[in-house]
Amino acid sequence: MLYAILCYHDEETVWSWDKEREASVMKGLGEVQARLAAAGKMGPSARLFPTTSAVTLRKHVEPPLVIDGPFAETKEQLLGLYVLDVADLDEALGAARELAAANPGGAYEIRPLALYNPDPRPAA
Amino acid sequence: MTDAAWIEAALTAARPQAVAALVRYFRDLDLAEEAFQEACLKALQAWPRNGPPRDVRAWLILVGRNAALDGLRRSARHTALPEEAALSDLEDAESALAARLDESHFRDDVLRLLFVCCHPCLPATQQIAMALRIVCGVPMPRIARAFLVSEAAMEQRLTRAKARIAAAEVPFEAPDAEERSERLFAVAAVAYLLFNEGYSAADGAARAELCAEAIRLGRILIRLFPEDPEITGLCALMLLQHARAGARFDAAGDVVLLESQDRAVWDRQMIAEGLALVDKAMRRRRPGPYQIQAAIAALHARAARAEETDWGEIAVLYAALERLQPSPVVTLNRAVAVAKCEGAAAALDLIEPLAERLEGYFHFHGVRGALLLDLGREAEARRAFQKAIGLANSPAEAAHIRARLDALIAKEPKDGEDHHVPVVQ
Repeated sequence: MLYAILCYHDEETVWSWDKEREASVMKGLGEVQARLAAAGKMGPSARLFPTTSAVTLRKHVEPPLVIDGPFAETKEQLLGLYVLDVADLDEALGAARELAAANPGGAYEIRPLALYNPDPRPAA
Repeated sequence: MTDAAWIEAALTAARPQAVAALVRYFRDLDLAEEAFQEACLKALQAWPRNGPPRDVRAWLILVGRNAALDGLRRSARHTALPEEAALSDLEDAESALAARLDESHFRDDVLRLLFVCCHPCLPATQQIAMALRIVCGVPMPRIARAFLVSEAAMEQRLTRAKARIAAAEVPFEAPDAEERSERLFAVAAVAYLLFNEGYSAADGAARAELCAEAIRLGRILIRLFPEDPEITGLCALMLLQHARAGARFDAAGDVVLLESQDRAVWDRQMIAEGLALVDKAMRRRRPGPYQIQAAIAALHARAARAEETDWGEIAVLYAALERLQPSPVVTLNRAVAVAKCEGAAAALDLIEPLAERLEGYFHFHGVRGALLLDLGREAEARRAFQKAIGLANSPAEAAHIRARLDALIAKEPKDGEDHHVPVVQ
């Protein structure tokens, strides 16, 4: 079963981390990811730049409207995501707890994938 | 689990909005700062024990306000400060406050605070110091170190700035739309001054910190004005320049010219964000000086090697910048780009008319010497280099020109080394 872990947090907090803090969180997350990968459970993952770099395409009108900024102004923003290949929700939650221990603060939304298209680009 | 580093980052991030809201409440910078500090102290005590609150900003504002009111011995007329044990969960009070403090409210608060700190009654150095201290919350000793003054002198500078703001009776009201856009550019200019202060700081740690603070301020401004491409351009410019920080100085602490920098050391993540912001700003088709400078920085960032730099496009961009913001230094920069794509003669024609205005400017004589040398006018080149050495701002600059001069005297074939002149605003 494929699950997505969607990472929400206040981006101003996360992007205020100094270099040491950044490096130590990334190291901790890297260790959890390596464990998950070794168990064959780790799919692709991504980190997003702050919403200040976002544009939104509102497609409820024709032609669609491009708006500077994120889709919604919220206290916590989508900062990144993991895709995990796990047996069930319990296992997905377990992985999320491990990641959370390495990077406290904010929230993880755990949602099953309805459709999954692996990267279609030829391998580099 | 709530560790100290996380709490510190959360307090730093919440600071602009929290202090801004407290300023609105108390209409007093000092009182608002003290209230925020009180709230931070309480957070450091309560959060590790009870976990962080759901809304960090609302918690800090509420606790800070109550603490300050307590301090003013007026607490009887207001909500009493909750018991320590209850501090973990201010659910009711917190959500009620959060509901009142919607984003647009925060927006006005932060903007007002920035306007107060960057008020035209203050000289630029005081504006920067105020923005650093009040908005970014950088501790006094670190500000003093960045400005190469004693803590006492910096303290005095800030006290004077606050006195001036009080004397000028700067309104703590939300500025109207017209005043907003007028003064937005003063605030943007302060952010960029702050960045340049960091960019040129001698102390590496202070340098990185000031640049990072300026970028954080830039991101706050983008959130306040997402539709203003110049603000986005400013942020892009700062990111693209700061991306080179690790390559700009050698082991001895001397400046390494752009062309000689090890591009593998450039921060690819900052460059990626900067390039995305340039694209985003350009979509608006309302060019301005920050966007153009960001576009120039983007062309440098996109070149994998110095030889792959698109000098033709850079020359075009400098010409555009010259039209918007005429300055002999911008023309000098254009000439450097023109020399790369059209040759030294065309570039020399561009800069000769600047001789009088840039007589005392190191880079003018350095560039002119290099162009003359390219054209085989060695005696004139030597005189230009000698003038440049006399005007050098650092031993590295002097050494760089000295090397060219020595090569010239030794009549060795030139190594085709490039000159880059940073835009000096």
